Amino acid sequence: MIVEARKAGFTETLKLSSGAVLPGFELAYETYGELNAARSNAVLVCHALNASHHVAGRYANDPDNLGWWDNMVGPGKPLDTNRFFVVGSNYIGSCFGSTGPTSTNPATGKPWGADFPVVTVEDWVAAQARLADRLGIERFAAVMGGSLGAMQALQWSLSYPARVRHAIVIAATPRLSAQNIAFNEVARQAIMTDPDFHGGHYYEKGVVPRRGLRIARMIGHITYLSDDAMMEKFGRVLRRASPGFDFDVDFEIESYLRHQGDKFADYFDANTYLRITKALDYYDPASGYGGDLSKAFARAQADFLVVSFTSDWRFSSSRSREIVRALLDNRRVVSYLENDAPHGHDAFLLADPRYHAALRAYFANIAL
Amino acid sequence: MTDEDAIVRWVAQGARVLDLGCGDGSLLQRLWAERQAPGYGVEIDDALVIQCLKNDVNVLQLDLEDGLAAFADRSFDVVILSETLQAIRHQEPLLKEILRVGREAIVSFPNFGYWRARIQIALAGHMPVSEELPYQWYDTPNVHHCTLVDFEALCAKLGLRILERVVLTGGEPVSLLPNLLGALVIYRVSA
Repeated sequence: MIVEARKAGFTETLKLSSGAVLPGFELAYETYGELNAARSNAVLVCHALNASHHVAGRYANDPDNLGWWDNMVGPGKPLDTNRFFVVGSNYIGSCFGSTGPTSTNPATGKPWGADFPVVTVEDWVAAQARLADRLGIERFAAVMGGSLGAMQALQWSLSYPARVRHAIVIAATPRLSAQNIAFNEVARQAIMTDPDFHGGHYYEKGVVPRRGLRIARMIGHITYLSDDAMMEKFGRVLRRASPGFDFDVDFEIESYLRHQGDKFADYFDANTYLRITKALDYYDPASGYGGDLSKAFARAQADFLVVSFTSDWRFSSSRSREIVRALLDNRRVVSYLENDAPHGHDAFLLADPRYHAALRAYFANIAL
Repeated sequence: MTDEDAIVRWVAQGARVLDLGCGDGSLLQRLWAERQAPGYGVEIDDALVIQCLKNDVNVLQLDLEDGLAAFADRSFDVVILSETLQAIRHQEPLLKEILRVGREAIVSFPNFGYWRARIQIALAGHMPVSEELPYQWYDTPNVHHCTLVDFEALCAKLGLRILERVVLTGGEPVSLLPNLLGALVIYRVSA
């Protein structure tokens, strides 16, 4: 499938949760399949921390760049683009084409950098709603996402209850635990204490806080994999014939983390990383309801599919069960898959046959 | 008559139903079609969960041994445990949980007191294998078999009221010597 990235520009201001106001914005997105005449077959796919609106397919001019959820989305895939019109949307604050810290601040003519406001999941969803308006989608057949993308799917069902028929919430948590926030804070500290960070104004200095980004990514990667998956993949295998008794790379896992860190520092923006982790930390739909998630979901109207992975210790299955409980308390139509794929949090990106069969079955029963 | 027929008969129009160990969801489909009873199934087996999704039945992949924490007190009119009781390790806490979340429970299980089962143990000297108990002892999901007498004693111990009972053999109701002549039994109980 050959796909094309697009951008939609919005000139109306957007008031953010923080109180700050964005003077218009751009949102990067892709679409696959065709919107039907009744406009009833649209599915919004929301992405997680380091991914983008490039959900599926390849670009004609960059055929190696395969969409991050290509095993899930495409012709004949569980989310079948022969039947559904799929929208992959980026979010504001991103570094992949939507308005964010690397964009030009119209007030100064220079990149926003550290001055770009902190955005929330609620803000992202509000921005995506304008994209839906632009595309002529009154109501999505489904809004779907994994991890941070799942938070957007949840928030869609709360911000725009009448615009979501099905919410598909994968590897989710209704709110971060103290431990989750702790990992994010370590990642942020790694970035902010990098001498090349310059308080977020590193663009004008012509440098990138690579060390911070590398460490942030390494920490992230540790939390995405289960202990078993990591042991299975890397074990205690050495990269050299015998231990070096120095601090160069000994173990395969060290090499993997360094490689992932280097790759990430090449393409990801540090100011974006800070803001996305904050958006994760702040997200808590129950915060306005005395912590009562069931009360928070009283306004949801969608049917739900919740999927968790038992080896995911970042957002464990018990967190997904909290979501299920809140939905049951509100008598929502809900199904819940607790998949024992061994890979940890990243399992949502992989193609466990039971996980994919369940998604395929669920989508097949969504009426158009 | 099957145990499903008996269960459907006992479920009121529009009742909220929870089916524990719901298999492929066919009972929930029937309850929706014949009783307009909305419900959820609980199932642990991957293939059956996927089958439920294919059948457009609400299914929750949970382990009954972990209890029913996903469900609020008195949130269902009827909780069904159809031919699942004998595969549960801890029946006592589960029965209490069932009558915490449901106003009533419907429980069915193969009767281990059925004469064919008794003969296979007493005369042939091996664990019973039959239509209701199709497994060999070493590959069975069943861990706690019981008889009508045993189950009724447990209900008495837990203070559960038996509202109705149907005993079946080969699809026919049995009234005479049910613990000896009944292969399958279905109870309607309340707290």
